[in-house]
Amino acid sequence: MSLHVPATSLLEVETLTRRFGGLVAVNGVSLDLRRGEVHAVIGTNGAGKSTLINMLSGEIRASGGRIRLDGEDITQRAQFRRARAGVGRSYQRTTIFPEFTVLENCRLAAQAATPRPWALWQSAASCAASNAAAHEALSAAGLDPVAGRIAGTLSHGAKRQLEVAMCLATRPRVLLLDEPLAGMGAEETERMLGLLESLKAGHAILLVEHDMDAVFRIADRITVMVNGTVIASGDPAAIRSNPEVRTAYLGEGH
Amino acid sequence: MRSFNHWLPLVCAIALALLGPLLSPYVADLVVKVMILSIFALSLELLVGMTGLVSLGHAAFYGIGAYATVLASGSEGGSIAWLLPLAMGSAAAYALFVGALSLRTRGVYFIMVTLAFAQMAFFVFHDTAFGGGSDGIYMYVRPALGALDMESHAVQFYFVLAALVLTYGLLALIRRSRFGAALAGIRVNEQRMRAAGFPVYGYKLAAFVIAGALAGLAGFLLAARDGVVNPELLAWHNSGEVLLMIILGGLGHLRGAVIGAVAFTLLKEVLSTQALVGPLADHWQLTLGIAIIAFVALLPKGIIGIAARLSPKAVT
Repeated sequence: MSLHVPATSLLEVETLTRRFGGLVAVNGVSLDLRRGEVHAVIGTNGAGKSTLINMLSGEIRASGGRIRLDGEDITQRAQFRRARAGVGRSYQRTTIFPEFTVLENCRLAAQAATPRPWALWQSAASCAASNAAAHEALSAAGLDPVAGRIAGTLSHGAKRQLEVAMCLATRPRVLLLDEPLAGMGAEETERMLGLLESLKAGHAILLVEHDMDAVFRIADRITVMVNGTVIASGDPAAIRSNPEVRTAYLGEGH
Repeated sequence: MRSFNHWLPLVCAIALALLGPLLSPYVADLVVKVMILSIFALSLELLVGMTGLVSLGHAAFYGIGAYATVLASGSEGGSIAWLLPLAMGSAAAYALFVGALSLRTRGVYFIMVTLAFAQMAFFVFHDTAFGGGSDGIYMYVRPALGALDMESHAVQFYFVLAALVLTYGLLALIRRSRFGAALAGIRVNEQRMRAAGFPVYGYKLAAFVIAGALAGLAGFLLAARDGVVNPELLAWHNSGEVLLMIILGGLGHLRGAVIGAVAFTLLKEVLSTQALVGPLADHWQLTLGIAIIAFVALLPKGIIGIAARLSPKAVT
């Protein structure tokens, strides 16, 4: 039973499964990410959303199923190879380099595209390609004014923006964002949603997020997971009115 | 001020080169010893300070470099032109083997695995006839290359100084390069580096092999200076001492490694001199231990931390 997949589909996930001993954290999940779309994955804690992202980015291996990037099977590929191929991710827990400046954080991420480790006579700080990608990512994320700041001294919201900017600096085609809005205030949330909106055109975005207002505002499609299994997938209106979802997750009606 | 600070290591090297002929044989010999230890300490700084890999088996590469030099020079002696690459190559080869396996572990496990591999090398030299057993072996003729004859104390002095300058220069280049930036990234946040698309394992292995080769260089110089090697060179307390040197000097700075090597050697020298500390000299291990505990407790960022505390922007 092959699904009909439009030409714009960038990342296709087919019956992806992950077992931890006897526990099935992700059970036969299929979904696809298309350029120009925000595909949100929602679900309660322990639904398997982070495990799903970790499998897609290559941080952990899948126990079964298949992942295709632009038609190519990447299920067995190492994480750094997937990243080089255009799968970028951000983390739920901020994983910046706190002791480097904001620019250095992005430049280092960008450097993965032109690593040239043997070129010892060239300084990392003067790498034109990395600097260009870093500045591009910083201005997209609105972090230009703080480019020279030590990343560890930023506000929580700015750190979350930097988290996404570092991901952008690698010029990914697919963005896997793990709760980018976690712990953000209203104003910071607005800015982040604006950023995601602007990134939509050029990227296929998977968004794992707990802030339901934000999800229903920005997502083009929503997949709902419960206990590792997809119980519903569709556009926001369909999900909102899906009785199973309301019972299992949104906590309304019986 | 800042630019003077930047060139300070080079100024020190030039001063040392000019002072060389004026030093008494005892002091000159001590300086050579400290410079060799500085190279050894710098090689470990690449791992610990720059990449965040705490190895407790670094003496193995130092000892292997020294043994390779003595074993290969035979009774006729050998040329620096091939003994030096051989010493560095042997150490690098063992580092490739140890690194390939140990870098699959992390944290305290990495420390234990590197220690285990170093002890393995130690016992090969200690318990087999291959390297003369526990007594070690003597070198009949020191390495030479044309006029560069290591039998001469002046040649030794300048050769070791040149090796130190080159090692320092190479590591300074690495630090500012993309390779060094990636190593720094790995030290701070390995997970993020992998997510950005860096083959982290390959980078760490490369750093491990380069550090091994540089430790092999220090071993070559030590063998050429002493004319004798013994298994103690590879022993774990030697690995511990070099680790103490870079901690004492200040992790994360190349000059910290050199300062640490100087401070550690002088401390050891002073505390074991009867004329200075009296009967305590017989118990120098105890006093050295106490001194180091005091240093680390009072200067958590090492000796270089003093300069940083006085002028926060001076140390690069």
